[in-house]
Amino acid sequence: MRPALRPYVLIVPALLLTCGILYPFGLGLYYTLFDFSASEPQPDMVRFENYEAVFTQEAFWNSAWVTVLYAVGAAAVETVLGVAVALLLHRSTILGRILEKILILPLMIAPVIAAIIWKLMLQPSVGVVNYLLRPFGLGGVQWTDTPTGALLSSIAVDVWVYTPFVAILALAGLRSLPTSPFEAAAVDGAGWWYTFRRLTLPMLWPYVLVAVIFRFMDSLKVFDIIYALTEGGPGDSTVVLQIRAYLEAIRFQRYSFGISYTIVLWAVVYLAAMVLVRHLGKIQRRAAEVTTK
Amino acid sequence: MDTHAHDRRRFLALSAAVAAAPLLTACGAGFGGDGGAKGDGSAADDVTGSFDWRREKGTTVKALLNKHPYTDALIADLKSFTEKTGIKVEYDVFPEDNYFDKLTVDLSSGRASYDVFMLGAYMVWQYGPPGWLEDLGPWMRNSSATEADWDQADFFPNLLQADQWSLEAGAPLGQGGQYALPWGWETNVVAYNTEVFGKLGLKPAETFDELREIAGTIKRKAPGAGFDGMYGIAVRGSRSWATIHPGFMTMYARNGLKDFTVDGEKLTPAMNTPEAIAFTENWAGMVKQGGPPSWTSYTWYQCSSDLGAKKAGMLFDADTAAYFQAVEGASPASGKIAFHPGPKGPDGSLATNMWIWSLGMNAKSKKKSASWLFLQWATGKEHLRRSAITHNHIDPVRKSIAEDGAYKDKMKGLPGFIETFETVVDQTKIQFTPQAQFFDATTSWAAALQEIYGGQSAKSVLNGLAGDLADKVG
Repeated sequence: MRPALRPYVLIVPALLLTCGILYPFGLGLYYTLFDFSASEPQPDMVRFENYEAVFTQEAFWNSAWVTVLYAVGAAAVETVLGVAVALLLHRSTILGRILEKILILPLMIAPVIAAIIWKLMLQPSVGVVNYLLRPFGLGGVQWTDTPTGALLSSIAVDVWVYTPFVAILALAGLRSLPTSPFEAAAVDGAGWWYTFRRLTLPMLWPYVLVAVIFRFMDSLKVFDIIYALTEGGPGDSTVVLQIRAYLEAIRFQRYSFGISYTIVLWAVVYLAAMVLVRHLGKIQRRAAEVTTK
Repeated sequence: MDTHAHDRRRFLALSAAVAAAPLLTACGAGFGGDGGAKGDGSAADDVTGSFDWRREKGTTVKALLNKHPYTDALIADLKSFTEKTGIKVEYDVFPEDNYFDKLTVDLSSGRASYDVFMLGAYMVWQYGPPGWLEDLGPWMRNSSATEADWDQADFFPNLLQADQWSLEAGAPLGQGGQYALPWGWETNVVAYNTEVFGKLGLKPAETFDELREIAGTIKRKAPGAGFDGMYGIAVRGSRSWATIHPGFMTMYARNGLKDFTVDGEKLTPAMNTPEAIAFTENWAGMVKQGGPPSWTSYTWYQCSSDLGAKKAGMLFDADTAAYFQAVEGASPASGKIAFHPGPKGPDGSLATNMWIWSLGMNAKSKKKSASWLFLQWATGKEHLRRSAITHNHIDPVRKSIAEDGAYKDKMKGLPGFIETFETVVDQTKIQFTPQAQFFDATTSWAAALQEIYGGQSAKSVLNGLAGDLADKVG
């Protein structure tokens, strides 16, 4: 092969992959400009009317609010718990090493399966959760029957599945931190809390933020856990944007309108990712400063 | 400034965000179909000469089926179809949770992946207008394509009519094209645990107020009478269209209530009339008083299981949901489940909503003649009789089977089953107004029911629902 051609050949797989992603994306974007539905198989161009309809729908704003609550709630709890678990496992004990292996088990279960298992466990009359809580007088909790309970239960399942992901990233970060700043702090007699606040946390932040970016963006796109657990109920209390898009596009067969929902969600995720990734750069520079001080 | 790093970040963000739109690919099949445009004539007209079961021997028909005991009976008998016709049937079976999504996506793609499939009458309202379903009327009328013994008059007329529609929103069923054939159906009645009824001295409810009262009584008293954790009545409650159509719609119709009023081409939501609000409030009250815990997640599966596990004293749902718990050895409640038509409306009405598992043909099928032979066989007397007697294809769609001695002998072991069936069969029909937004309307209705159950004002929730649906359906 001529050396001049080599770069172009090497780029082919990436180009194919990009086309594979961008073609349906572009096609979807194009469809949103029509009123394509089962009842309109020969659609008319409606320009931006689908987007106008999305933004003027009360249901959209409800779904957007629920999506944000879910994403912020799940990402926050998973981050705090994940970092805490990583700090505990960082001490190299036999128990720590065993737990480290067990920790990844929830990640090996498909989220939809986890949600179905939790649905059974949270079932008030035959579920194991209420059975265990019964001695404490809490055996009658109806976990998914109220709007707040349904949202919190969905977040809890997400936390159960994905906290190990955050913990593993944080643990990898902890293990890659330089030891000299900690040795210097120990010589100076710094306490645990001071060391954690001034050294561990600033240097660990870039790793934690990567986990936050993944979890936040993933939670914005949630479908499986909520759909399997509550189907979006009770009422509209857990209808996140993806569920709304699915219902519109597949169940109700308003294709263009349903795709408009996913495009709006894409824009939200894109903006969130931009902000967080930019923030990641700043955090990385700050962590480098702490290391070199 | 590190522009490369910046570009990399932009790329990371972009690629992560693109993954946020997985539905795009699912819908990326193109403006499928030909706009529902149909040819001038039916493919049935191409079939001429004398009727011959072996006309299409050597052909393979592809079927999409839902996992169901009726399907099991069909699959078990497929060999006899192949022997009779020389046609091979290949099939895919999907669980009900995914079945209709699979069928919808497949039909909307405009391809002919499946020649025949199972569907419900409500699906005709969704799949009919875009031209995805073959009108079976011309096939039924063509004596070269249809054997005289098939005997259209043997079907219960209300069942055959339920799959007929003119494709006009609000137009009554029973006119226009025959878009599917009834194959197996379900009436919505009350099944109850005779043991708990006996112990608590209860009798099946004749009015809705009695039903609510009995449900509450069972929930209060049954656990103390040796039925640990038993509640009164199992009814569906999940945020799905399927919550509305069984017990709820049956009782709603018995109260003389309508989902929409039809004035010419205009449909006006009627679920917020004062009578409908009062009934809905009463229904939610009954669930609170005597329904299952975690009701908002209840599908037919949980309802049926609870009756079988002696967790529910009554079930107001499809008779098949109780039947499969009642047969010998099927559940702890086997032998202790009886059937009753359920409460009458204020004027004595036993109007009952129904679900019909029907069989339809893909309008894009390239093997319509062979597909029709399959549909004819699957809905014919011979196969359905065998399925009803040797398998669990109960609730026959044909009068001759419902009156068959062997069928009656089989079912007489279930207290009240035959009597209930015979009492409601003539009053059982689709109680909804046919319109293409059926699934949107009933899913929203189920969500409204959950909100009322959660304590919100029925009037305000149902007014909101009616306002929302007026824009979409009206």
